[in-house]
Amino acid sequence: MRYLKLLLTFWQTSLAARMEYRTAFLAAFLEAGLEAAGKLFGVYLFYANGFDFGGWRWQEALLVMGLATLLDAFFIAIFNPNLRRVSEMVQDGRLDFVLLKPVDSQFWMSTQQFAAVGLPFMVVGVAIVVYAGVISGLGAGGWALLALSLAASLLLAYSLAFIFATTAVWLVKIFNVVYFLNTIVWTGQYPLQAYTRPFRLFMTFVLPIYFMTTAPAELALGRRTALWLGPLFLAALLLFIASRVFWRFALGYYSSASS
Amino acid sequence: MEVPLILAQNLSKTFTVAQKDPGLAGTLKHFISRRYLRIAAVRDVSFELQSGEIVGFLGPNGAGKTTTLKMLSGLVRPSEGRVRVLGFEPFRRCAEFLRQITLVMGNKQQLIWDLPVLDSLRINAAVYQIDGHTAKERAREFAALLGLQEILTQPVRKLSLGQRMKAELMASLFHLPKVLFLDEPTLGLDVNAQLAVRDFLKTYRDRYGATILLTSHYMADIEALAERVIVLHRGGILYDGALRGLTDKFSPFREVDLELADDVAAQALAGYGEARKTQRRRYRILVHRQGLMQALAEIMARFDVRDLAVKEPPLDEIIAKVFSEGEV
Repeated sequence: MRYLKLLLTFWQTSLAARMEYRTAFLAAFLEAGLEAAGKLFGVYLFYANGFDFGGWRWQEALLVMGLATLLDAFFIAIFNPNLRRVSEMVQDGRLDFVLLKPVDSQFWMSTQQFAAVGLPFMVVGVAIVVYAGVISGLGAGGWALLALSLAASLLLAYSLAFIFATTAVWLVKIFNVVYFLNTIVWTGQYPLQAYTRPFRLFMTFVLPIYFMTTAPAELALGRRTALWLGPLFLAALLLFIASRVFWRFALGYYSSASS
Repeated sequence: MEVPLILAQNLSKTFTVAQKDPGLAGTLKHFISRRYLRIAAVRDVSFELQSGEIVGFLGPNGAGKTTTLKMLSGLVRPSEGRVRVLGFEPFRRCAEFLRQITLVMGNKQQLIWDLPVLDSLRINAAVYQIDGHTAKERAREFAALLGLQEILTQPVRKLSLGQRMKAELMASLFHLPKVLFLDEPTLGLDVNAQLAVRDFLKTYRDRYGATILLTSHYMADIEALAERVIVLHRGGILYDGALRGLTDKFSPFREVDLELADDVAAQALAGYGEARKTQRRRYRILVHRQGLMQALAEIMARFDVRDLAVKEPPLDEIIAKVFSEGEV
């Protein structure tokens, strides 16, 4: 409850700080709205003719794209603005203030910022997922599997991004790696089967993009048995635990910028 | 025996710092292969603080003051030695410990740059679980003490340096910490703002019984607030004791200002100490403390004295002398 209250306070404050510059805020929002609409138009052009994609019907492949859009929206709204600050705050020493608060520092560094420009992308992502799910004929079980596996994929993406961001404690200017992950995640907009074997292997075993977009769609559509949800959640949970252990380990090396 | 509130035993901290030669060749070399140097920022420092004490940390830049404060507050893990603050091991940074301390840094701020001070206080209230009514009352109390009532709703970026520092103190002390680590809290402030900050800290200590450890380059801060000083030099402790004792230890001289009826040469007074003429018929002599009474008696007997004053040399000068001479 305390952390929920804190989260709401963080996001209200973050929104207020962004809205302090009205023109910049409105322009960013307008740009995000246009870009999200453009994305939707691209999807329409791509799938309007009933394209068959590596054995996926177009409406099924659209579900994968919806999940990738949603994931991307989370990067824009939460992961990127927060994790960029890990690098910045290590560099200028402001991380000191976070470490001296009686609050979980990973929670603070992961949630303090909320970029409202991610909202149009979230709306478009949800719209694509709902539309694709409905025309693919998802039942109640399918929707439940989709929601659960999406939660697991978000946890997976966040944990991976946070581990990358944590390396800033040693490497300091490293935030580009998180942007790189954001870009790589976007390659998950098409079902994994659409890629050649080396890419498939890379997207499964090197950077687990497959588990973030294609796998949740496969589970929801019944292409894989629901039992796969367990390992997916377990993998996400293990990576999340790894991110916490790594953060604590890294803080042992934090030397705080000189005053 | 009373358990010390802050305990530092044989505390040391060594940092590894990369070295780089200037110019393109140095940059390329630094990019390919880095040369590191181990720097001992703090060496074998031991001291204790009892509850309610105000102690000033003195030392030139790089003496190890900030590093010691960071070890005491839990930001930096000591390389060697033992630290206890309020019975806790600071580096573990457990919530119960963090609720009772604060670290104020004169050159860094936690306030949200684009929003009014009240928004930063709102976050701190949520962090420290201070209810709305109490938070409002406390904001009013602190604002009145610091004279910030009019600016609480203005964006931080629009405030003057002095106002920002006062607001920073307000935010840092909003949870009523028992132990205050203050690193240059008056850095860059004008005289009025410095006075306001000192008064606030005194009132806070009296009202809430806090223990304060502060560093400052302004001797006036130390003289106004601290009863005890710890002098650090090159990472080690040079002196730990009463502020007055610092003068006795490092400056065994007294300054005698004289006005004579006749204009004499300064050499006539050289036998009593280091003498110089400051104006016509006015002289300043540095007399050794032990021979002060005898020197004064002789001067009174030999010269027609119109005015005489005996002063301790300014603390600033003593400190500067100690630091410039290094090992004492």
